[in-house]
Amino acid sequence: MNATKVSGRKQPLIYRLPVISHFRSSVGLQRGMLVTGMVLAALFLLVAVFAPWIAPYGFAQLSDAAGPFPTQQPPSPAHIWGTTVGGYDVYSRVLWGAQTAAVVIIVAVAMSIFLGVALGLVSGYFGGWLDRVFVVIADAIYAFPSLLLAIVMSIVISHGQSSFWGGIVACSISISVVFVPQYFRVIRAETIRLKAEPYVESAKVVGASSIRIMGRHIFKNATRTLPLIFTLNASEAILTLAGLGFLGFGIEPTSAAEWGYDLNKAIADASSGIWWTGVYPGTAIVLTVLGLTLVGESINDLNDPRLRGRKKAVAGKGGPDSTAGTQAAPEAEAEVRLP
Amino acid sequence: MTTLTEAPLNDADGLLPSKKKSSGGGLGTYILIRFFLIIPTIFILVTLVFFLMRVIGDPITAAQGGRLPPEALAQRIHDAGYDRPILVQYLEYVGQVATGNFGTTITDRRPVVEMIITFGTATLELAINALIVALLVGIPLGLIAAYRRDKAPDAFLRFFAILCYATPVFFAGLLMKLAFSVWLGWLPVAGRASTRTELAMGSLAAPTGIYWLDALRSGNMAAFGDVAAHSVLPALTLGLLTAGVFLRLVRTNVIGTLGKDYVEAGRSRGVSNYRLVTKHAYKPALIPIITVMGLQIALLLGGAVLTESTFEWKGLGYQLVQYLNARDFVAVQGIVVMLAVIVAVTNFIVDVVAALIDPRVRY
Repeated sequence: MNATKVSGRKQPLIYRLPVISHFRSSVGLQRGMLVTGMVLAALFLLVAVFAPWIAPYGFAQLSDAAGPFPTQQPPSPAHIWGTTVGGYDVYSRVLWGAQTAAVVIIVAVAMSIFLGVALGLVSGYFGGWLDRVFVVIADAIYAFPSLLLAIVMSIVISHGQSSFWGGIVACSISISVVFVPQYFRVIRAETIRLKAEPYVESAKVVGASSIRIMGRHIFKNATRTLPLIFTLNASEAILTLAGLGFLGFGIEPTSAAEWGYDLNKAIADASSGIWWTGVYPGTAIVLTVLGLTLVGESINDLNDPRLRGRKKAVAGKGGPDSTAGTQAAPEAEAEVRLP
Repeated sequence: MTTLTEAPLNDADGLLPSKKKSSGGGLGTYILIRFFLIIPTIFILVTLVFFLMRVIGDPITAAQGGRLPPEALAQRIHDAGYDRPILVQYLEYVGQVATGNFGTTITDRRPVVEMIITFGTATLELAINALIVALLVGIPLGLIAAYRRDKAPDAFLRFFAILCYATPVFFAGLLMKLAFSVWLGWLPVAGRASTRTELAMGSLAAPTGIYWLDALRSGNMAAFGDVAAHSVLPALTLGLLTAGVFLRLVRTNVIGTLGKDYVEAGRSRGVSNYRLVTKHAYKPALIPIITVMGLQIALLLGGAVLTESTFEWKGLGYQLVQYLNARDFVAVQGIVVMLAVIVAVTNFIVDVVAALIDPRVRY
C-alpha cells in the first residue's frame, strides 16, 4: 500500500497508516465514533498486556494468605467484583480474560489473513477450475452458521477442552476456518479487478513471474481493505470465542480465564439473583466488541466517499495506484455482509 | 450470491422475463440453475462434516468408550459397520442422506430424523418469534435513522445497532433474566412452558410441537398466556441481535436509494422528505434487504444455539449441545447437516424471491 514510489509530494509514513489517515479525514460524529472505538480498543489492549500486574489475584487462584476465597460473595473490599460459585475472584478473571481474548484474536486473525490472502491471490490470478473449486467451497463454508462450524472444529482439534496454548490454538483454528472464506472473497475479487490493470499487463510483458506479479503488483494493491476486515473480524472473533466458551467448548478455567466460560456459570447464578458473576465479564465482552466494531465501522464509512462526512478530499494522493483505489464497491459489499 | 449480469440496466422496465437471448434465459432457467447449485453446497458440507467427525475416531468409541467392555464395544462397532474402510462408510452415508436417512443416535437410539423433527419445531418457533421482533424493531428504526441522517436520532440508532451486535446473545439473555424474571418477577426464567401447560397440551390429538399453536388449539387461554410469557425473553434476546443488522441494512440501503436520480427528481417537484423515504426510497431498498435476510438465517441459527442454551429452550441447538457433551456424533452430524440444508434452501428461496422482484438478478 505504501511502497509505490510516487513522484512528487508524498505524505510522511505516519499519516498514511490505516487508522491514523482515517482519523485525519474524519469530522464530527464520525470522528467521535472513531475516537471512542480507539479508546476502548486501546483500553482492552492495555488490560490484556498488563493483566498480570493489575489483577490482584491469579485467574485460577482459589485462596490467599488469609485462607480460601468465599464462594458467591457479593462485591466487597477484598474482592471488589465479588467471587464466583467456584470461588474465583471475578475482577481478576475479567482482567485475565482480556489477555486470553487478545491472544486468540491475534492468532486467529493472523492465520486467516495469511491463508485467505494466499488462496484469494492464487485463485483470482490463475482462475480456471481451481478458482471454481475454491469459490464453491468458500461459499459453502460462508453460508454455514459460523458458530456451529467453530464448535465442530474445536471438538475435532481439542476434543472440547485443553490447556492454555492448546486451547488458544484450537479456538483460533476454529475461528479462522470461519474467516478464511471472507478474506478469500475480498482478495479474490480485488485480484480479478487488478489483473486487468495495465501495469499488471506491462509486468507480464517484461517477463515478470506469476509469483512476482502476485506478490509485488497485486498483493500490495489488493490488501487495501484489510484493516477494515481485520477490525470487524477481531470483534467477531471475540464473540465466537465467547460463544465457544459459553457452550463449554473453549479453554478450561484452570488454564486461562475466558469470559464466555464465566458467563456460562453465571447463567445459573442469575436465577438466584447473583448478578456480579455475569454482569462484569459480559460488560467486558460488550465494551471490547463495541470498541473494535466502532473502529471498523468508522474506517468503513471513511473509505466510502458516499458515507464519509463532508470534508475536502485528503490532499497529496496521486499516482495510478491510488486513483485505481477510489472504487468503493468492495467496501460496500463488505459492509452489507458484515455480521 | 446475486450476481448482476451484463444485461443493460434499461432492461429493467418490467417483471417480464427478458426475450433477448443475449441476457441469458428466463426466470424458469434461472430458478432451475439456482436449484442445482444447492446440491454442491450441501454435498460439500456433508463431506466436510463427515470427515471432520471421523478424524476423532468412530462414533461408538467416542460415545461409549470406557463404559462398555472392549468385546461388546467391538461388537457394536462391527454391527454398525464402523470397522469398514472410511470411503465405503462415506459413500454409504452420502447415499443415506440423499434418501433422507440420517441414521440412529447412539446415546438414546432414536432415528435422527425423528429427533430433528421433534426439536426442530421448537427452534422454528423461536426463530419465527425472533424474526418478527427483528423486523418490527429493525425496519422502522432503520427508516428513522435514514430519514434523520447524521442527526441525533441517527447517531443514537446506529450506536444502538452496534450495541445489538456487540452484545453476545447469552449476555443479553442473562441481563433480561436478571431484570424481568428475577428483579421484576414478570416473566418466567427459562423453558418453553410450565409443566402444567405441557401436560394440558400433551392430551392433544396431533400436537404440532409449535406451542402457541397447540395452546390455541387446546382452547386453554391460561396455557396460551403461559406459552406467550415463556417466549418473550428468548424472542427478544435473539430478535434484538438480528434487529441491529436489519436496522443498519435498511439505513444504508435507503440512504443509497435516496441519492438516486428519480428521488432527486421527486424532491425537485416538492415531494416531502418523509414521503420520499417511505414511498420512493423504501421499496427499491428492500431488494438487497431480502437477499441479506437470507444470509441472516445462518446468524439466526447460530444465535439460536446460544439462546436455547441460555433459556433451556429445548430445541435443536439445546439438543446439539447435549449430544456434543455426550459425544454422540451421529446425532451431531445429523443436526449439523440438517442445519446446512436449511441454510442452503433458505438462500435458494431468497434468491428466487430476489429474482422475482428484480429482473436484473437473473442469469
